[in-house]
Amino acid sequence: MWEYAPAPESRDIANLKPNYRMFIDGQFVEGAGEPLKTVNPGTEEVLAEVSTAAPADVDKAVKAARRAYDRVWGKMPGSERAKYIFRIARLIQERSRELAVLESLDNGKPIKESRDVDVPTAAAHFFYHAGWADKLAYAGHGPDPRPLGVAGQVIPWNFPLMMAAWKIAPALATGNTVVIKPAETTPLSALVLAEIIQQADLPPGVVNILAGAGDVGAAVVSHPDVDKVAFTGSTEVGKIIQRQLAGTGRRLSLELGGKAANIVFDDAPLDQAVEGIVNGIFFNQGHVCCAGSRLLVQESVADELLEKLRVRVSTLRVGDPLDKNTDVGAINSREQLTKIQQLVETGDAEGAQRWTSACPLPDKGFYFAPTVFSNVSQAMRIAREEIFGPVLSVLTFRTPDEAVAKANNTPYGLSAGIWTEKGSRILWAAQKMRAGVVWANTFNRFDPTAPFGGYQESGFGREGGRTGLEAYLDV
Amino acid sequence: MSENRIAVAKTYKLYIGGAFPRSESGRSYPVVDAKGAFLANAAQGSRKDARDAVGAARKAFAGWSGATAYNRGQVLFRVAEVLEGRREQFIAEVAACEGVTVKKAQSLVDAAIDRWVWYAGWTDKVATVLGASNPVAGPYFSFSVPEPTGVVAVLAPQQSSLLGLISVVAPVIATGNTAVVVTSQDRPLPAVTLSEVLATSDLPGGVVNVLTGRTAEIAPWLASHADVNALDLTGAPESTRADLERAAAGTVKRVLRARPSEDFTREPDLARLRAFLEMKTVWHPIGV
Repeated sequence: MWEYAPAPESRDIANLKPNYRMFIDGQFVEGAGEPLKTVNPGTEEVLAEVSTAAPADVDKAVKAARRAYDRVWGKMPGSERAKYIFRIARLIQERSRELAVLESLDNGKPIKESRDVDVPTAAAHFFYHAGWADKLAYAGHGPDPRPLGVAGQVIPWNFPLMMAAWKIAPALATGNTVVIKPAETTPLSALVLAEIIQQADLPPGVVNILAGAGDVGAAVVSHPDVDKVAFTGSTEVGKIIQRQLAGTGRRLSLELGGKAANIVFDDAPLDQAVEGIVNGIFFNQGHVCCAGSRLLVQESVADELLEKLRVRVSTLRVGDPLDKNTDVGAINSREQLTKIQQLVETGDAEGAQRWTSACPLPDKGFYFAPTVFSNVSQAMRIAREEIFGPVLSVLTFRTPDEAVAKANNTPYGLSAGIWTEKGSRILWAAQKMRAGVVWANTFNRFDPTAPFGGYQESGFGREGGRTGLEAYLDV
Repeated sequence: MSENRIAVAKTYKLYIGGAFPRSESGRSYPVVDAKGAFLANAAQGSRKDARDAVGAARKAFAGWSGATAYNRGQVLFRVAEVLEGRREQFIAEVAACEGVTVKKAQSLVDAAIDRWVWYAGWTDKVATVLGASNPVAGPYFSFSVPEPTGVVAVLAPQQSSLLGLISVVAPVIATGNTAVVVTSQDRPLPAVTLSEVLATSDLPGGVVNVLTGRTAEIAPWLASHADVNALDLTGAPESTRADLERAAAGTVKRVLRARPSEDFTREPDLARLRAFLEMKTVWHPIGV
């Protein structure tokens, strides 16, 4: 492995403040909840204190959103809404470096990912949806589709800013107003997005951003004056929300967990496949709901592929998220690190063969070395449960039908990967996958024009594309 | 600015391949305001200027049509930003050449900027609205995607000097075509200013080329030019339209006929986007 001199981004670029406040009705306000301390998972040091919402604050935010919907946003012509949303897109682009550093500090993801994926994709989502605001009649949902009203949105910690964009942009474009709560461990980029929304001069109350833990999220999604709930997070919580909304008539979209199969056929270009497998499971430390966490490889090439994979994974650099050379950053929280460790132990106990990269890990911070399990059987927990970490489970198959059967043998259905040089086989396998996104000879591609979302227990509703607008329209 | 300061007058030139040449013919013609007072001399574009413009548009086509739709959208939105910055200048020019009140000119310019934004937002949406996957009765994956036609010669409306102009130019380039635009003959100044906006908005040179001059003189050369793929007749004088259509048949150009007295203040539909798109259908077998 080559030696690299460290090439760290300066944390000063993040413009960190000691305190962050919530954004309600166009103002930054102190919430009545217990303030939380957000931690840099790369170093375990406290980054900032963030004020959080009490139930009364949630109510205030929903009321502000309702007022903004009734008086301004709901009746504003689409062409005017569009210009506000374009402003947000441009402001994100202008402040992209600051946002990238802030995101890596608060989340632990490598700076090269926050810089090249999270922030540009967030800006692109606003840009794309801005263009829809005055074109809804062409989106295929009828001649004059109407907004739903107030959207209550709860997002996870793995892509904090990008998830905020995926939620807020389509809601605004379609004429809804928003109350959104970022994750407890990663509130900062959403609160800087609030600054951007203020700089864009959005009417007060159109977007309200709360902070806090799961109880605040629960208060948002169960608030009786919220017309639509959008949740991205675990399948477990998704089920609770679906039960809560049962019988209320309120609209719901869910983007939940996954256990994606990445299928490598014997004719696949193996070196290219190795890159895709690595990207599929080690991108964002594996904190990706659509991660390719189950590698299904055809038996005849399994040994060769595994050898290549181990060599490649050994070169991944784990460490300081702000270092531009870092491939795998910090696990987002101690809690998540513990969960990963526990699941990995079940892999050992159930007889899978563990290989872990010998890469050095920093002394402080939450880190987990890239790990590959082979000899995995479908019954093992590491083959069934979402680990949400840099851990790959490798299974083998002999025939294409067997690959399909194994890939679909999961209650999830968010994504899948297919590696083969044969185009007809790609399309055949894609047709057979019970998954909302299928990548062929690539993995983890995201674009605002391409709908994203799951089958089965990975949730329902799509984000992105023409289809994604439906989740926020009364159709 | 002190009251007795003498203003610097601008030379109004052609816009070809990202540069601002005078007409190679050396000709110009006087442009007057609605009351007949002299405003400026405009370049009187020639056959050779038109051919140079077609060459520049062809050269720019590969890059522009090959750019991602997202990238084209970004560039076109940038054009809208720069248009907004020139708002006062456009209001003055539109008021002078169309003979409307400043208030009316303001609303025309605002509508023109918003129109440009509307089309900028279409770059990455046309394919999802007009394209399709085709459920063919066999083990094939079949899909159809819209692609740009190529070099489009646009005869801009004669009356609506900015809103009309933008309404015919933006849809052509939004989908990845490149354009040779013949401006309103008697009201060309806002078009020349638009050229200056395009030149400073990250739009690659040659994507839009702007010719001022006599429409009836330039149009036939564009209509018969073998490297022009499509022709927008909106601003063609009534008496020339049939001949231009006939000339276009020589290389089977797509022709967008003029709609009688098109009202550019009305919200547009997809007609102008559709007019300069080819639909490509791709088949691929499905099977293990």
